[in-house]
Amino acid sequence: MRSTVIPVVCGVMAIVGCEKGRAGASPGVAQAAESVPVTAQPAASAADGATITGKIKFTGAKPVNPKIDMGDEPKCKAKYQGVPTDELVVVNPNGTLANVFVYVKTGLPAGYTAPAPAGPVTLDQDGCRYHPHVLGIQVGQTLAIKNSDGILHNIKAKAVKNRPFNISQPTSMTSERTFSAPEVMVPLECNVHGWMHAWLGVLPHPFFGVSGADGSFTLKGLPPGTYTVEAWHEKYGTQTATVTVAGTETKTADFSFAAK
Amino acid sequence: MHWWLPLKGSTFAGEVDGLFLAITIITGIAFVVVEVGLIWFVVKYRQRPGRKAFYTHGNTRAEVIWTTIPAVTMVALGLISNHYWVKIKGRHSVPANAYPIAIHAKQFEWQVTYPGADGQLGTSDDFTVRNQLHVPVGRPVVVHLSAEDVIHSFFVPVFRVKQDAVPGMQINSWFQATVPGNYELACAELCGLGHYRMRAQVFVHTQEDYDAWLKQAAQEAAQ
Amino acid sequence: MTTVAATAHTAHAHHDDRSFIRKYIFSTDHKIIGIQFLFVSLFFLLIGGLLAMQMRWQLAYPGQPMPGGGILPETMAPGGVILPEYYIQLVTMHGTFMVFFAIMPLLVGVYANFLIPLKIGTHDMAFPRINMWSFWSFFVGGLVMLASLFVPDGAARAGWTMYAPLSARHDFSGASLGQELWSVSIIFVGLSSILGSLNYITTIINNRAPGMTWFRLPLSVWSLFITAILGLLALPVLSGAAIMLLFDQIIGTHFFDPAAGGQALLWQHLFWFFGHPEVYILILPAMGMVSDIIANGSRKPIFGYHSMVFAIVAIAFLGWIVWGHHMFMSGMNPTLGSSFMVSTLVIAVPSAVKVFNWMGTMWRGNIRFHVPMLHAVAFVAMFAIGGLSGIYMAATPVDMFIHDTYFIVAHLHYVLFGGSLFALFGAIVYWYPKMFGRMMSEPWGKVHFWLTFIFYNCTFFPMHILGMAGHMRRIYDPTQYTFLQPYQPMNVFISISAFLLFATQLIFFVNFWWSLRKGARAEQNPWHDNGLEWSLPSPAPHGNWEQVPTVYRGPYEFSSPQVAEDYLPQYKKLPTDREPARAPVAGH
Repeated sequence: MRSTVIPVVCGVMAIVGCEKGRAGASPGVAQAAESVPVTAQPAASAADGATITGKIKFTGAKPVNPKIDMGDEPKCKAKYQGVPTDELVVVNPNGTLANVFVYVKTGLPAGYTAPAPAGPVTLDQDGCRYHPHVLGIQVGQTLAIKNSDGILHNIKAKAVKNRPFNISQPTSMTSERTFSAPEVMVPLECNVHGWMHAWLGVLPHPFFGVSGADGSFTLKGLPPGTYTVEAWHEKYGTQTATVTVAGTETKTADFSFAAK
Repeated sequence: MHWWLPLKGSTFAGEVDGLFLAITIITGIAFVVVEVGLIWFVVKYRQRPGRKAFYTHGNTRAEVIWTTIPAVTMVALGLISNHYWVKIKGRHSVPANAYPIAIHAKQFEWQVTYPGADGQLGTSDDFTVRNQLHVPVGRPVVVHLSAEDVIHSFFVPVFRVKQDAVPGMQINSWFQATVPGNYELACAELCGLGHYRMRAQVFVHTQEDYDAWLKQAAQEAAQ
Repeated sequence: MTTVAATAHTAHAHHDDRSFIRKYIFSTDHKIIGIQFLFVSLFFLLIGGLLAMQMRWQLAYPGQPMPGGGILPETMAPGGVILPEYYIQLVTMHGTFMVFFAIMPLLVGVYANFLIPLKIGTHDMAFPRINMWSFWSFFVGGLVMLASLFVPDGAARAGWTMYAPLSARHDFSGASLGQELWSVSIIFVGLSSILGSLNYITTIINNRAPGMTWFRLPLSVWSLFITAILGLLALPVLSGAAIMLLFDQIIGTHFFDPAAGGQALLWQHLFWFFGHPEVYILILPAMGMVSDIIANGSRKPIFGYHSMVFAIVAIAFLGWIVWGHHMFMSGMNPTLGSSFMVSTLVIAVPSAVKVFNWMGTMWRGNIRFHVPMLHAVAFVAMFAIGGLSGIYMAATPVDMFIHDTYFIVAHLHYVLFGGSLFALFGAIVYWYPKMFGRMMSEPWGKVHFWLTFIFYNCTFFPMHILGMAGHMRRIYDPTQYTFLQPYQPMNVFISISAFLLFATQLIFFVNFWWSLRKGARAEQNPWHDNGLEWSLPSPAPHGNWEQVPTVYRGPYEFSSPQVAEDYLPQYKKLPTDREPARAPVAGH
């Protein structure tokens, strides 16, 4: 039986430098029907940089994601037409994999720091789901956790390198948190609604992104150098690619995950 | 608003409530004796000019009486209570043909695993539902309680059943429902910030309705 | 501040050329230490009450902004709306402050310290400096506990009973430093109790005045003596458990974490092995002081003095073998449930004997209803209710239903508030003249008593009904449950009664503080009582007596045919009295 696939939100791309990308790949944010992610506004920067972009392919049979029974929470259940499903493996119609967190793991000069953007990254709890499901944030940047459902959620961040926290939001409200150490990935969960999971990547630089509905990612404004780029998926693990860039060139690095 | 105990929904609800009533009568008598006695003494023996208190250090006979009567009453109460305790919670209290359901308590939900069509837990047709306990009426049910993280407590007021779910322990708790209907299950041990919302719905079905539900729920879970 | 009369130079009285700091801050005088405990504990009583007021607001009006809640930080109550994790901190801290920082220090820290040397006839405690450390250890513990409310991630929140693994694992509770500070604070409190107990036991055994035989000791002293033994043996168990919990929290041990080989139930056994004797620590001194006050108010000897002593000893002894009654549903072997039920039912008997003996004391008396007597009689009436409700819990099949419901909350408040706190109100008024040389206002004392009595019963009696309905404890929002929604008006009634009850205590606090300066000056023996302390001026001077009095009789010789007055102090020598043999130990 085909399960209903709900469009998944993609993450936020923080961009330093002028936008110079390949015509096709959009560096912006793919909007999903139900969520309102906030793009962190990049600080204006004069430096151009190189770009690494690519697609995350998925091979093999598309897995069926488990259904979520929201019977306990009528307010959330009412927000869906059909039965919502878990976002464990989201395969796009074009055969690419969404919710893959791609980031520069090594290659930046030692001591490279980027100032945290002023604006927050928003994680919204809407329809008893986290929007986005996978997201990235910079060290020192504010994470605004919003409760759009108006019912009790708690957010438990099972961080290891950062301070873990476990706070509740009994009504519509927004709580803010920041992270002081890079950590890939911090699991987030709600204990009141056991199916709610999200993944947060905390990085000291802005070179990260999350593959969206078209399965692509773009990392912009990179200084020249040789980089290890890692692609992380919650079920399929990690893969790396090594890319050398210089000047303002664009290079491609595709990844491919196979069904298990 | 109800001023007494809830609806009797299980075979031992009557016994628990009967014991509760017996204790109420015993303590009620003691309550009246003490409180009325105090009020009477306070009025009758209040200070008045020219009166002197009666100088005595006590009365052994009176003390023997008011030591013996409570002691005998407490021993009797203990014997009666123990009889029911062993019947309900004793090591060999679970009826042999009890229908097994596994309940795994975790912050902040009840994961209820049903034995499926074969009626046995631990086989491939088992399926798990969140926060819904369905049981057939008129049949002993044994809940295999476990806990994922912290101590929770399985409490169904109408069944008069309560049992802590302790991580690292598997505890069996049995009951036999007697009245079809929809009731509630509450967590009765503080387990964190969501403790107040750790509730499940309890459905007591006739056997036919239960079988129908079981079949349908198994199908839904398989999808 | 207290005025302490300077004593003359004698062989035994201390030179009173101490500095202000040595006299009133780092004092080794048992009376000053008792008063220090009194002031600090009354402050913590107020804190405990404020925490309860917030809980009662949330229970009556779930999710509504609390008046004045705007001053609380976002982590506790954003927009004045109490968060679930803050609510369970309130629950935890209310119990913790009331048990460890209010009732226990008020009963023991204040009255063991203040009364024991005065009532047995000696100059001070056996170890005055250890006594001083006992107070300061308590004070530090209190500061640490208060601080834990304001640290990142907030205070401990697993209930005052602190069950593991919720308390041991930060990832389950959401607390971090606050949880650890609870354990640290408890270690200081335990130390304070242990040091105090050492003093009380040694002093009572060794330093009684000539003629003060064991069966001439007032029941207040007997109860404090037995309580001290309970404390000496029970608090180390709590301290040990708290250290183990702290180790689980910070250095990676897993005593209580089943996921790593530990046992969740181990915490419960350790805690309740301490916890049950603890609740007798919280009631026995109250019973002892009530005995003194009822005999005085009735103008009659205590009915069955020896039985009263044996009852205290029996309660204390049996108190060690009932701890499992807090754990009937815990998953421990059901056979233990049977054995603990038996011992629990048996312990009801000595308590019943005491209630009847108090009534026997009042019977055919000539009762004066001074404010302490009002409180003492209320104690008997309320403690009886609390004790009777305990019988329901002792019967294990019934406990299966009422465990962890408001029935338990009703029971514990009847014995701790209706019992211990009423006794304390009586005791504070009764010994106030000997502490401060002034009398508290009698009319305002009566107003406070009656309003407290009414609002207290309105607050706590309905909780029995809630418990019978199955209303669980420590619940942030009862309206989540359909079966509890009809009881919400009762929750509102209870909360409003509680707010009025709290407001009424202002009368007591104002009376207490105002009377320190403006109360009527007290005479030496304003209550016409028989104890040795009433042979001293009001307030009692440093060093107490130049030469300790001699004791000729028991403490309850009221309306004795030997004299015209209706009281006959222990220290008054009649022509027919013989001198006692030399004091059995190194007295002076």
